Amino acid sequence: MNKNSNAYIITYSTVMVVVVAAVLAFASLSLQKKQNENVRIEKMNDILQSIGQGMDADKAPDKAKYVTGEYDKYIIESFAVNTAGERVAGADAFALLINLKAEYEKPEADRVLPVFVSKDDNGDVHYILPVWGSGLWGPIWGYIALKSDWDTVYGVVFGHKGETPGLGAEITTLGFTGQFKDKQIFQDAEIVAISVLKGTGASAGNIHAVDAISGGTITSRGVEAMLKNCLADYSAYIKKERSAEASAVPAAELVPADSITVMINE
Amino acid sequence: MFSAKILKLLTSPLSQSNPITVQILGICSALAVTAKLKPAFVMALSVTVVTAFSSLIISMLRNTIPSRIRIIVQLVVVAALVILVDQILKAYVYDVSKQLSVFVGLIITNCIIMGRIEAFALGNKPWPSFVDGIGNGLGYGIILVVLGFVRELLGAGTVWGYPVFEKIGIYHTGYTNNSLMLLPPMALICVGIIIWIQRSRNKNLIEK
Repeated sequence: MNKNSNAYIITYSTVMVVVVAAVLAFASLSLQKKQNENVRIEKMNDILQSIGQGMDADKAPDKAKYVTGEYDKYIIESFAVNTAGERVAGADAFALLINLKAEYEKPEADRVLPVFVSKDDNGDVHYILPVWGSGLWGPIWGYIALKSDWDTVYGVVFGHKGETPGLGAEITTLGFTGQFKDKQIFQDAEIVAISVLKGTGASAGNIHAVDAISGGTITSRGVEAMLKNCLADYSAYIKKERSAEASAVPAAELVPADSITVMINE
Repeated sequence: MFSAKILKLLTSPLSQSNPITVQILGICSALAVTAKLKPAFVMALSVTVVTAFSSLIISMLRNTIPSRIRIIVQLVVVAALVILVDQILKAYVYDVSKQLSVFVGLIITNCIIMGRIEAFALGNKPWPSFVDGIGNGLGYGIILVVLGFVRELLGAGTVWGYPVFEKIGIYHTGYTNNSLMLLPPMALICVGIIIWIQRSRNKNLIEK
């Protein structure tokens, strides 16, 4: 048989491609369920970590069970809002979260964005907003947990698809995310989000900024842009809730709290 | 099954004909994924699996492959294996697969794999080809692990995520981590140092 005849080559490549396609399709289908489950567990765990829970997930003997249990315990409500600041009825916040990229590809006015509400052991309520943006090599995302004043950051978690290990990928480490705690997204009545400034210590004393990662400039800029853009999409809702929150708190409660802060600062 | 010749296929890529330090193949990924030890290790393992099995498969097919499309056939086999590895990592070690991300996919372009198929598997029986694939994967892997260890230790002060330098209290003496170690250029310098040490110990490797 002539191995260099056209008929042989065409038959050979056809058979090869069909066999390889079948093998890959089979592998993909049989592993799909497990992979989707991994993604779901990861998202739940990220949400929990933004409020400082679920930290033992990697040590738990059954990670999936542990994360699901913690999630059911702490996340009391989830809903979706649009960019005009209204709640969207009937939207599944978790399904939106899995496909967050699709929402950010829509025009701003059509976006429906998920919000998760958590209640910790002390009864403190936090609001968790997922964010989505671009790093150096691919997408980056995160979760920003705000205290019930809708201003102070309670915690953040970041994730990325393919930032450089040791450089941009460091945005996921506690050394970077820990800086966000107690920063404020509001300056006066406007949302300024959190800036990421170059140089160690550059953000000292600045309640609207954190230090960037050296060697990870583009990724750090990506984090800053992501926070600004995504919080801007939530801004209508945040402002509405914030003014509702401020008017709900009796003035008498606020004054002593402020004066204590002043005394400490002095 | 394990004659002296077969054993030599396994051990020679570890030093004498190391793919990275002697043949200078697969440098790109050696620079990219070695900032930390764990991804470097998983990468080494993945490449070993892909080299071994692609060599095995190509060697079994070697008498049927039309020479005019042999590169395409090799590429399809390697690509299929890489996708399988990627899918399995995603299903069973999701955390590590996230860290490696694009670099698993880029195993396809690793010159070692195609190089071994062209140079060895096409002209040898399946078993020696398989062993040759494992040997070269390990030869690649050993350099990755050494690089990952040195770069993580000096760059971040940790080994496999464990804060070694913090535990032994070296920071009190004024020592600081060298962030340059985490950048790819420093990995290239480290590879250079390994090559230097290897050649100064083994004069046969020095070109005339």
